[in-house]
Formats: sequence, structure tokens, C-alpha cells
Amino acid sequence: MKLRFACLISGILLAALPLAYAQDGRMSLPTTVEAGSAFSIQSSGSGKAVLYIVGPGQVLKRDVQLGETASFPTGSLYNAGHYLAILVAGSSTDNGWFDVAPASKPANLSFLARPSRLSIGLHNGISGTLYIFDVYHNLITKPTPVSFKLSIPSGAVQQRTVTANLGEATTEMDSGTKEGFAKFEAQVDGVSSTRVVEQVPGNPCGLKMSAQPAGNRIHLQTSPVRDCSGNAVPDGTIVTFTENYNGTQSTADVPLKQGIAQVELPAHPGATITVASGVVLGNEIHWQK
Amino acid sequence: MMTIKTMLVLFSIAAMPGALLAAQPVVHVEPPNLHGPRQLQDQTATAVVRDYLESWQSLAAALRQNRADLLDQDFVGTAKDKLTDTIHQQAALGIHTRYQDRAHNIQIVFYSPDGLSVQLVDNVEYDERVVDHQKVLTTQHTHTRYIVVMTPAETRWRVRIFQSEPE
Repeated sequence: MKLRFACLISGILLAALPLAYAQDGRMSLPTTVEAGSAFSIQSSGSGKAVLYIVGPGQVLKRDVQLGETASFPTGSLYNAGHYLAILVAGSSTDNGWFDVAPASKPANLSFLARPSRLSIGLHNGISGTLYIFDVYHNLITKPTPVSFKLSIPSGAVQQRTVTANLGEATTEMDSGTKEGFAKFEAQVDGVSSTRVVEQVPGNPCGLKMSAQPAGNRIHLQTSPVRDCSGNAVPDGTIVTFTENYNGTQSTADVPLKQGIAQVELPAHPGATITVASGVVLGNEIHWQK
Repeated sequence: MMTIKTMLVLFSIAAMPGALLAAQPVVHVEPPNLHGPRQLQDQTATAVVRDYLESWQSLAAALRQNRADLLDQDFVGTAKDKLTDTIHQQAALGIHTRYQDRAHNIQIVFYSPDGLSVQLVDNVEYDERVVDHQKVLTTQHTHTRYIVVMTPAETRWRVRIFQSEPE
């Protein structure tokens, strides 16, 4: 009788053994995994369990066999972040944290160049901000050298090398002296992104007009209007002629056509006539005829 | 006997939204440490931090209820895409998660010259609870460092990049 009872107890204990192992299932986690790379999680014990990997960036759930290695192939876990791993075996649970770091090689660049259009000759007038991502659109936060290059229409090139900090790099460049389209390029480890910045002539420089009698009116005409670097100011730019006579003022706003502006105003002997464009004031004429 | 004053207090507590009853995180904001050329006005910094902290509420609600639409107000671009994918994964697996931020230590580190992006670093502590088909698997406390990029929208700053990195 005693022997039969002992056998029964032993049988129950043996039957319960795998469950006990399962409940004692523990896992061994990597500290850090590179985004998208294969990795594995080793567990102890025996029996079946469920492994969860949970973070704001991604969620995985997988049935595993305790005591074996759960292998995750390339591309399983690709979003960088802080992940909670949970191994549930029956009523037993094991937890642990690990990190997924961005892949080391840049694959995508987010490059913003501002402004898209600006005047020539502006110091630090062009800014570029770059964010560097891996193939899974994780921000690559390790220090990374970035090359910025601005090729301006005259053929001159400005170049800066900046170290990206926490995935971001920024620089400022001067606009050139010649109108046209400049190419602004950012390059990181063989990956590049280019933006086009239009450089337009600056304000008129040395604005000058001449006057000729035209019956009882005065014909006013500017010389070809150019900026200080000799670039033609674009047609359509407004030139303002103002005539002051005997306390009254007449004004005419005229767009540039083929580089010059012309208008006719009433001829009043003793009138003062000025010309301006934007904030630039030209010469002054005292009409005596 | 319950006084009118006590009743008013109890009524006020009962009327409080659930979010207010939850423990508020401890927030510490370091002075900005900018490496870009553009200066950051106090008003802008305040708005950025306020909107970032609110984004944690949206994130928590969206992942708790598996509702991607709750991200719309505070997230945009890559951050929104990734969180939306996570919500779809959770829903497909019957999982819910509850994130409760406990402490933030925030510092703004970059303001782009064009004013179109702000980068901040947040050493955050939070609790994460994982529920699989109504069964609570675990609740764990952790701390990590988030790198966050925010961009301005019509009326607020939105999170464009939201990424934890190994400390």
C-alpha cells in the first residue's frame, strides 16, 4: 500500500515537472539590436511559451519552445526604440528590456534648403537643414560627417563639412554674385540630396534717369537698371517717378520693360523730379524749361 | 453628516476627466542648449514643450484604445506612420498597451535656421502595461532617452520624429 502511494505521488510529481520547468522559463536578451538585423533570444526551461516584444515602434508575438533559441530573421524588428520583451509560460512570466538602434548606414536624407529664391550677395542667406535616416527611416543619431556644397551659376563652389549631431546637421551659405540657379547638395556616406535655389538680382544700384521735353510734357527714362554686381534687374520691377511742383505732387509707378522704365509727366518749370525703386533712390532733376 | 462643502469637493472630483485623475508626470525642462544659429524665443520653447507633453497623452490613448485617429492632433510624418503601424499590429494580435509617463527631463537642442523644426531630447520615465485579450501580462517601469523632432502646423507643434535610443 505504502509502495503504491509512493508511486502515485512520484507519478504526479513527474507529470508536473515539465509545467514547473515551463513556469520557470527565463530568457536571455541582447542589450542592443541593430534595426533590421537578425537576432535571437535564448530561453531556459522546457515546454511551450509565448514571447512578446512590445514598444511604441513595433509589436511582435511569437510561440516559442522553452530551452531553445528563438531566432528572428533579418527585417523582423526594424524600428529603433526601447522594447519590452515578455516571456509567458503558463502562469510564469519573465520580462526584460532591450534597445533597437538605428542601422549604421544612411539611406535616406531629408534636406530642406531655404529660401528657394533670394537676392544675390547675401551673407549666410541660404540655410540648409538635414536629417539623416537609415533604410527603415530611423534617425541615425551617432555623429556623422556631412558635406554641404553650393554650386553657383558663376561656377564658384562653396563647401562646408559639418558633423551631424543626433541625426541633424545644418549650415548656412552666401548667395553668389551672379543671377541664376544654384545647386545646393548635401552628401552623407555616398547618399546625396540636391535642392535648387534661384538667385535673383539684388536691388538696383546707381539708379539714373534722364529727361527730355516732349511738347508740354517731360519724357523721363531710366538708364538700363542693374544691381551692384551688374545683373539686369528683372522686367516688371516697379520704378517710381515723382514730380513736386508748387506744393503738389504727381507720382507714376512704372514697371521695367526691357531693362528700362519710361514715362511722361506734365512739364512745369521749376519742378523737382525724383526716381526710386524699392528702397533705392536715384538721381534728382530740376526742370527749368 | 456630509457638509455642502464636502459634497462640492466630491462633486468636483467626480466631474474631473479621467485624464486629470491619473498621476501627472514630473516635468523638468532644462534651458535650451542650441547648436544652430537661430535664437529660440521663450514663447516658442514653452509651446514646443507643452505640445510635446500633450503628444504623450495622445500616444497613450491611441495605443490603449488601438485608435490611430487619436494621433492626428499631435503626430505627423514618420512618427505618425510608425505609431499607426504599431496600432495596427496590436489590433491584429489582440494586444493593448498602456503607457503612463512618470517623469520627463526635457532639453531643446536645435532650432533650424528656417524655424521649421525643433529637436529636443527627453530623458523619460514611464510605465508600460501589456494586455493580451483582456489578460494583463505585465506592467513594467523603465527609463529611456527620446530624440524628438517637432515641426509647426497651423496652430501647434507636431511630433515628426519620435525615437528612443540606447542610453
